[in-house]
Amino acid sequence: MGKTLFDKLWEKHVISGPAGQPQLIYVDLHLVHEVTSPQAFEGLRINHRQVRRPDKTFATMDHNVPTKDIFNIQDQISRKQIETLQQNCQEFGIRLADMGNADQGIVHVIGPQLGLTQPGQVVVCGDSHTATHGAFGSIAFGIGTSEVEHVLATQTIWQLKPKTMGIHLHGQLQPGVAAKDIIMALIAQNGVDFGTGYAVEFFGDTLQQLSMENRMTICNMAIEGGAKMGMMRPDQITFDYLRGRKYAPQNMAKAIEYWQQFYTDDVSDYDRVIDFDVSQLAPYVSWGTNPAMAVPVTGKLPEITDMNIQRAYNYMDLSPASKATEIPIQWIFIGSCTNGRLADIKEAAKVLKGKKIAPNVTAWIVPGSRAVKNAAEKLGLDKIFKDAGCEWRDPGCSACLAMNPDKVPAGIHCASTTNRNFEGRQGKDARTHLASPAMVAAAAIYGHFIDIRQKEAI
Amino acid sequence: MDAITIHQGTTIPLMNNNIDTDQIIPKQFLKNILKIGYGKHLFHDWRYLDDGTPNPDFILNAPERQQATILISGDNFGCGSSREHAAWALKDWGFKIIIAGSYSDIFFMNCTKNGLLPIILPQAARQHLAKLAPDQVITVDLPQQKVSCPDQTYFFKIDATWKNKFIQGIDDIDLTLQHAQEINDFEQNIPTFN
Ligand code: SF4
Repeated sequence: MGKTLFDKLWEKHVISGPAGQPQLIYVDLHLVHEVTSPQAFEGLRINHRQVRRPDKTFATMDHNVPTKDIFNIQDQISRKQIETLQQNCQEFGIRLADMGNADQGIVHVIGPQLGLTQPGQVVVCGDSHTATHGAFGSIAFGIGTSEVEHVLATQTIWQLKPKTMGIHLHGQLQPGVAAKDIIMALIAQNGVDFGTGYAVEFFGDTLQQLSMENRMTICNMAIEGGAKMGMMRPDQITFDYLRGRKYAPQNMAKAIEYWQQFYTDDVSDYDRVIDFDVSQLAPYVSWGTNPAMAVPVTGKLPEITDMNIQRAYNYMDLSPASKATEIPIQWIFIGSCTNGRLADIKEAAKVLKGKKIAPNVTAWIVPGSRAVKNAAEKLGLDKIFKDAGCEWRDPGCSACLAMNPDKVPAGIHCASTTNRNFEGRQGKDARTHLASPAMVAAAAIYGHFIDIRQKEAI
Repeated sequence: MDAITIHQGTTIPLMNNNIDTDQIIPKQFLKNILKIGYGKHLFHDWRYLDDGTPNPDFILNAPERQQATILISGDNFGCGSSREHAAWALKDWGFKIIIAGSYSDIFFMNCTKNGLLPIILPQAARQHLAKLAPDQVITVDLPQQKVSCPDQTYFFKIDATWKNKFIQGIDDIDLTLQHAQEINDFEQNIPTFN
């Protein structure tokens, strides 16, 4: 029997412990942000421990940071959390992409962008969307704060080896259909917990059409299907993306030679396989309060078959009779670690170029990092957005989780390029509809979703 | 970490599926830099009305449930964000044990770090437990891996490593530091590309 990509990576990182029990795994890259780390650093201090490998640790600020007037934090508790990270990084000798710094941004945007994330690694971060980094052919997963403390102190983590699932993506995407639609459709069709207990690998010819940005969008949302790890085999597209980045290997040839050993031998090596033909896929939009509550934009909202669905309809103030295109959209948000990269911002700009957003719509564009913002401005994209009537803001998580003042008001339907449509996620009683960047941008123009494939016809 | 062996307590049922950590502890309470004090914000948006007063219809506010230590719930409990604040909030409110149909992987791990025992039981068992009177004490026996109420006993599975951790209340980092030599050796063999 052969081995999967995941098996090979796992084997390379086991330090101790027999198979079948939790094993001690080495961590190559530990990303840190302000929200899930203060208690971990406090734990180190109380126990007189050091950070074992500051050189394998990198911190940024993203969840709390203002995206407007960034040096003027009104909320005292937010300010305290940000200052605490600054102090902790200084005390423990950790590199920090501080607010205003050229490297600052959402943790899952900057890791790849700086070339910190590389194939063959184990990457952890106190954040569930760490699965994003798996797009590079690494084992990447979110951890809790106790585990953050453990990794800081030991550069290792105890994990029970999960089962493996292969998701075979094949076929050619239609124009207008995005990577986001692939992962949304997979979750809509298989549920929010189909990946629980599995490390998921996406494979198949569709990946050849997808840029690293697109691939990251897919791995990012693996967690919304319950899988704490989503990954892809590293290939030429991966290597080309990494070359020349700030922290990428200096000897790329040597690195590539090493990375090329990481692939799945045979489909039969997975514990479970899902087959998914993307060629007939329509753009997806979510209507309810978890990411599986989503339908093709061409479809109708589902019947009420249980109390969970009833509850979601009550919260969203929608009913089964409506079509997806009839959901009224009064707000849009483009950004987040799912769709806040330059490629995503470009997609949205393409749709909004020369257009105006509907008069009753508020539109926020929040680049995923300072570098994304700068690059977009160099291309003049900020001007396209501003001319269309959108607000162009500074980088951060912003209204993806609405921890800072960036909140969607109660009762408002917001088309959002983010990953979670939970109750209250974007603000108390705010109603989130997940979709791709192009779909969200189009919704801003029309005040409702349209099938972006037919944009020219409308 | 507090050890758990045999625990007796009363219950609170909250039977919806997919209760996510955003509901367990909404983000506005994640700004704190401490591990304590989250209990008063547990299930905040369900628990308090818009004017900040307790919602009398929410079960966590029922006067006869205030001593409960065992939460009974649906499938996929603790999905969503990795915030350990969810486990801290449940702990801080007074819960010691959760009985659900399944858990998200990250939330499960967070429970193991905080002496909050996540038990998995099938739906029929949970529905039976959910119907018990508010003052009905049930017994969770971790060494024997069973949950007993007056007319039923249910056995559950748990990985032996996690079970021992709960019973002994061990600090993970101390345990790991016993492997320091192996970690050193491992680090000698990490490939470099410079
Ligand atoms: S952008 Fe959203 S999902 Fe991503 S790390 Fe920030 S809050 Fe989490």
